Amino acid sequence: MNHTSPLRPDKDREKDWDFDSLRRSYDAISDIALKELKLDIYPNQIEVITFEQMLDAYSSIGMPLMYQHWSFGKNFARDELLYRHGLRNLAYEIVINSNPCIAYLMEENSMMMQTLVIAHAAFGHNHFFKNNNLFKQWTDADGILDYLEFAKTYISRCESRYGEDAVERVLDAAHALMAQAVNRYPRRKSLNLREEEKRARERLEEQERSYNELWRSVPATGARSAQSHNIAERRNLLGLPEENILYFLEKKAPLLKTWEREILRIVRHVAQYFYPQKQTKMMNEGCATFVHYYVMNRLHDTGFLTDGAMFEFLQSHTGAVFQPDFDHPGYSGINPYALGFGMAEDIQRVCMNPTDEDRAWLPEIAGCKDWVNVLKDGWANHRDESFVRQFMTPALMRKMKFFDLHDDGRSDLTVKAIHNERGYRTVRTNLADQFDVVQNEPEIEVVDVDLDGDRRLILQHRVYSGILVKESDTAQVLRHLANLWGYEVTLAEVSAESEAVLKKHSARPTG
Amino acid sequence: MNIVDRRLNPQGKSLSNRRRFIRRAKQELTEAVRKATGERSVSDLGGEDRVWVKADRLKEPVIRPSSAHGERDYVLPGNKQYQEGDRIKRPQSQGGGRGSEASEEGEGEDGFQFALSQEEFLDIFFDDLELPDLLRKEMKSADSFTQVRAGHAISGSIPNLNLKRTMQNSLARRIALKRPRPADIIEAKAELAALEGEADGADEARGKELALQVEIHERRSRRIPFIDPVDVRFNRYELVPQPVTSAVMFCLMDVSGSMTEHMKDLAKRFYKLLYLFLVRRYKHVEIVFIRHTHLAREVDEETFFMSTETGGTVVSTAFEEMLRVVAARYPRNQWNIYAAQASDGDNVPSDNAKVAALLKQKILPMCQYFAYIEVKNQDGFAQTTDLWRTYDQLIKAGQPIEARRVSERGQIFPVFRELFAPNRQTQKAAT
Repeated sequence: MNHTSPLRPDKDREKDWDFDSLRRSYDAISDIALKELKLDIYPNQIEVITFEQMLDAYSSIGMPLMYQHWSFGKNFARDELLYRHGLRNLAYEIVINSNPCIAYLMEENSMMMQTLVIAHAAFGHNHFFKNNNLFKQWTDADGILDYLEFAKTYISRCESRYGEDAVERVLDAAHALMAQAVNRYPRRKSLNLREEEKRARERLEEQERSYNELWRSVPATGARSAQSHNIAERRNLLGLPEENILYFLEKKAPLLKTWEREILRIVRHVAQYFYPQKQTKMMNEGCATFVHYYVMNRLHDTGFLTDGAMFEFLQSHTGAVFQPDFDHPGYSGINPYALGFGMAEDIQRVCMNPTDEDRAWLPEIAGCKDWVNVLKDGWANHRDESFVRQFMTPALMRKMKFFDLHDDGRSDLTVKAIHNERGYRTVRTNLADQFDVVQNEPEIEVVDVDLDGDRRLILQHRVYSGILVKESDTAQVLRHLANLWGYEVTLAEVSAESEAVLKKHSARPTG
Repeated sequence: MNIVDRRLNPQGKSLSNRRRFIRRAKQELTEAVRKATGERSVSDLGGEDRVWVKADRLKEPVIRPSSAHGERDYVLPGNKQYQEGDRIKRPQSQGGGRGSEASEEGEGEDGFQFALSQEEFLDIFFDDLELPDLLRKEMKSADSFTQVRAGHAISGSIPNLNLKRTMQNSLARRIALKRPRPADIIEAKAELAALEGEADGADEARGKELALQVEIHERRSRRIPFIDPVDVRFNRYELVPQPVTSAVMFCLMDVSGSMTEHMKDLAKRFYKLLYLFLVRRYKHVEIVFIRHTHLAREVDEETFFMSTETGGTVVSTAFEEMLRVVAARYPRNQWNIYAAQASDGDNVPSDNAKVAALLKQKILPMCQYFAYIEVKNQDGFAQTTDLWRTYDQLIKAGQPIEARRVSERGQIFPVFRELFAPNRQTQKAAT
């Protein structure tokens, strides 16, 4: 869903489009995208909105319906100020991974821009959402809008029943733990959010009736307490270790009220829904950018777009796919549009005009001529990390002039590999790792609860390459966690290599 | 495919999020607003204001890797000269050369700037200030109304007929329907009469034509009335309920020679703040400005703040003027009376007793609240003034009067807040 991109709308332009011309463009694009690129899309719903509505959508993480929270107000205030003072341009499009797929067009955009957005969002992103495996596995495009509707009503009902402050406390804490609220590995085949909503009440009632080890207040007899010392059994009972902290809290936190658990569940679902986006950002933008580039060029070939519009388009397009060098003041990481588009074009080249080098690196696809299917297959079955590992060619590494800089945390930085024969594989591997969300987020799990003592919740961070977590933020997050759990929380940072405890954090509930 | 035009959907969907955000940042915003008001002149207040908020409570913490430790690799684009094995000095500044994802400050979200609307700014600015005891006095009866002009109506009573509008409509209608002007008919009749007078057979056709025309004209003007009921417009009035509470605020200021420009500036600032506060908070508050030297005069707002005057200092004259105005315009059974006085504390010594007596016997009994600020030069409060001593005794006697001293611009706002904080009784005990 929300894909925002930095192509710039031309604010001073008079409106030069109408609904008929939108429809004509859509049909022309549809012809090319479905017949030539053979894209497979959800039905489209195109919504024309004003820039204020765009800002609105923008600040509620792109969702058309979202529950209410001060952090969205904060985003809005910041974005609005930047926008009004011309410091930042609005994303020119937002598209939502839902069925039907909703794409927003801003009324201020020129006709060329609307055409571009339709090709980019309503076809490119739409195809990606519908076909990429991660999205298929983790998101429910049919149910998301209904679920958010439910979430919004539920939370506002909680606000009126239990007070805004109480709800805000739970939401703040849940938001802080959002990154630790996804299941990285699938358990069930599909999620049906609509069903979730129906089952919510039944499940919670059942849970209240059912037994929870943590609530036991009757002292155990000697024999039984010896049993509960058995760590393995206890972990088994609590379903530990558990990487999804919000899930664990929802199910096992002893002091939470029913509605608080439901709010945790809502936040957890939202986090999970966004998880594929994080992992496929580069490919997703690459797919959309490649599609719009192809479509716009074909529209120009057929005479649908004038030369003037084509120039306007090329200006936008080159702006979007510009990759500043690492020492450029505007450098802010690898531009996902640039790399995603670059890789797609490169794959097309390898299929059509391979060099000997390409034949050696990508023997399966080099010269196969069927670039449409190769690309679609890549977009469907990979995420950024594996896509790079699979399809990055030496030619593209040379074009991007990639190099690998190693930082051992102590001495000078060393250049480990550059774009040459000796370095291609290192650069490719490390670039792929850099796109690997799992590797770049701290691996934190709930490992134990001190059931015999003070009900302390014990978390562990597995530390790779000595990379610890940031102390100040972690302390705040743990405080939120302790407030939800109700008792003390500790986080031990344990080296994955030596199993040594490197650092400990702990927090007690404040409320 | 479906195109939906959402532009006319209700706007401002995020307003409630904004409200929540402002509530969340209340404390920090209040500080930011006070700081902003300290830096600007009082007359600048009230525009759209940008404030810088730095707030822990606005942070959204997440657990993220620290860039201070550990080993890692960065793949960067745009290599120009590096060869494998080159060593690069570790950049001194945090994050530099490592790409922004490694910046120590994360997203750099330590604080941020955003714009408060005028409404929000003043709300925070005057937050929790109230006119003390506003509701204690008599209420005007709630069912008294006044009539206020509110456009035009097509029905009404004859005394409310709006002649100008009616005639405009009538004229427009007559032109549109081509009603002949009376002059046209007279002209045609005259020509006809002239023809008949000549009795010449040659112009018989012309005569017939003219007769016909006269007839048509006459028929037309009978059929199309000069004023039609559709033309008629009446003035419309609406009944507007009278304010339930009315208050009048007397601003008294010493503008005599002993007041330096700096002191006057302080006093002016205080009143401007007061004025802004009252005008905003209470729709039906009237303000009377009285300035005095050895003579007191009621003046308008501009004169009060702008023009200067020199002379001696007799404070009691201001109170006498105030009593006169109250007697003339603000009957005590309809108005809550408040007064705020600014002075340097000087007074003709012989007048002090009179001031005390006037205050005690006349002014304070009729006032809900009396605030006194003593303005001073920056060099401090070396001595207690006569006026201060006089007021101090009244305060100790439990009269509804408050006094504060101000010597710098920066003190105006805190003093203002102290004076108008709702729990001034407890604050009084604290000072």
